[in-house]
Amino acid sequence: MTDTNSDAKQPETLGGFVVHNLPFPNHLDANTLELLKDMAPVQIEQTYCITYLHSYAQDSPFFAGLTNRVFLGNRDPETGYTYATPRGHDMTTGNRNDWVVFPNEGTIHAFTVCHFGSEEFLPQCPFILILVQFEGADTLFLSRLIGVEPEDASLDWIGMKVKARYLRNAKLKPTDVYFVPAE
Amino acid sequence: MRPVYTVSGGVSKFTKARPDKTYQAVVKEAYDYAIEDISLTFRQFNELVDGSVASYFSDHFTRQLMAAIMAQDYLGLCPKPSHRCEGGGATGGICFQEAWKAVASGYMDICVAYGFETMSHVETWKGNEFIAHASDVSFDYPVGGFYSGYYAIMVTRHMKEFGTTLEQLATVSVKNHANAFHNPYAQKRQRLTLQDVRDAPMVAWPLTRLDICVMSDGAAATILCSEEGLAKLEAAGAQVRRPLVKVTGIGRGTDAMRMADRPHQSYDDFLKHNLLPHEDTADTRSYYRHLWDRGFRYPGVHSFRAGRMGSREAYKNAGISDPLHEIDFVELHDAYTSSEIQTYEDMGLCRYGEGGGFAVSGKAFVPGIDYGLDLPAEPVCPVNPSGGLIACGHPVGATGLMQAVFALWQLQDTVGLHFGDDTLQLNRPKRGAIHSHAGTGTYVTVSIMEREE
Repeated sequence: MTDTNSDAKQPETLGGFVVHNLPFPNHLDANTLELLKDMAPVQIEQTYCITYLHSYAQDSPFFAGLTNRVFLGNRDPETGYTYATPRGHDMTTGNRNDWVVFPNEGTIHAFTVCHFGSEEFLPQCPFILILVQFEGADTLFLSRLIGVEPEDASLDWIGMKVKARYLRNAKLKPTDVYFVPAE
Repeated sequence: MRPVYTVSGGVSKFTKARPDKTYQAVVKEAYDYAIEDISLTFRQFNELVDGSVASYFSDHFTRQLMAAIMAQDYLGLCPKPSHRCEGGGATGGICFQEAWKAVASGYMDICVAYGFETMSHVETWKGNEFIAHASDVSFDYPVGGFYSGYYAIMVTRHMKEFGTTLEQLATVSVKNHANAFHNPYAQKRQRLTLQDVRDAPMVAWPLTRLDICVMSDGAAATILCSEEGLAKLEAAGAQVRRPLVKVTGIGRGTDAMRMADRPHQSYDDFLKHNLLPHEDTADTRSYYRHLWDRGFRYPGVHSFRAGRMGSREAYKNAGISDPLHEIDFVELHDAYTSSEIQTYEDMGLCRYGEGGGFAVSGKAFVPGIDYGLDLPAEPVCPVNPSGGLIACGHPVGATGLMQAVFALWQLQDTVGLHFGDDTLQLNRPKRGAIHSHAGTGTYVTVSIMEREE
């Protein structure tokens, strides 16, 4: 017996033929003008794209560090509160934070496997997102994990020791660093 | 601050796409419904209303800056005062509270809050990309920006920390879809089983497609007024239902945009800043002490401090000391089954760590509906009797206002009138809470609405 699915649907996409004319009444009178109120909508495709010149500003040393295989974080000079994701000023004291070098190892605090995503990342699915916890840091770092099978997702991954790896050809993105199991 | 009443509301049918009307005309559906429900004409109401607050989330979706003014002029509200508010998923809840402030402060006697979102103009994966831009574009988005992924990260921590199960998550989906089966405004009216939820396509482990709300086109509007405003409406012939529904408390909290930046507070700081008054007992202090001894830190990524603080403020303003037993129902922001469970805890319907057990207890269900589940306890405080975001849809700028309208109808005992089906009408509820939530818990609003005796 073959399995069947009467709810199956073809994925919807845009595109198609270019149309150069639309149906419209040949004669306009009170009746046909009234019928226009019930006309099906005309839908068009519009493309909009733009290039931004985005500055990493006070966080720039972090990205420069990644290109040199150094993971930098921030630390409040007064309290020692330590940020694993760069932050120019401390949330409690308002002090300008110092840069500190982080270890290349941490543990997985939480994770997911994305089987779907935003358009930009669809070709990379499935991919694994993790929040990395570093010894001595008060905040976490969002990153990618490779080196495990996405289909093997398990809560046992939480607490796993991971180590940083760096892209040889840096893209100046936070994904210039990623993590793999440490053992 | 003076008393503020919610006297009427309207909601457009939430649906995948509304190519038949521009967003302005969809807003007008909700606006006209609210006016007709108090038996005024469009002209009569527009003469009386002092101004408005508008809400929509994303300029990207409409590809139209200042879209709110185009709704304002379409509704014939120019040149009356107005402004647009925006706060991610909480946009609608913020709009409701801004309208409340306009009236409570004496700035306006009658204010209409309207909101909308048109999410169908781009494909789902592009919509996900737009929404993901509501995360840090330097450190979050480029790593794999996807909100379902962010929430899945949170729930893995919740599961690890508290033992929350996939079945508990799925129970929320079954409940909310079953409720929405009786709500004609809802986008997804389905009877599901736990297995259906788990068998749905995986989106971000462990969340499946049926754990997650859908994108929608839709609008909602609600009319708020002072006692003076009420007198003006009634002098013009408005038929305002009695008993009146008063907004007795609002609260709002915030937290850091990046989940990674959420602090891991000490036990003492939690007690000092975040404990709800009804939790201040020896038993609950001991319970939390035990959690801390096991490594629990607050809020971490498993809890929404903004939701807790918004609840605390709203409860204080409304004089609520035992939310589970003093609130008759809650319409909360269940963009994910997991976030409904997290929010039970933030709102103090149960303690932190007990949300999963609360979800399957039966306490948050609507009486009289057969969910096909074995529920050990009787309903106490139904959560999302409308079906919530998961089943109604989530046209972002409209969602918080939709909650206000559905809560109003519950408190007016008019659910049957508006839905054509009174299955979801609770037994003369006196007090409801609406909860609207942004980002990964960045802005959260809680508003309390009460029927006046």
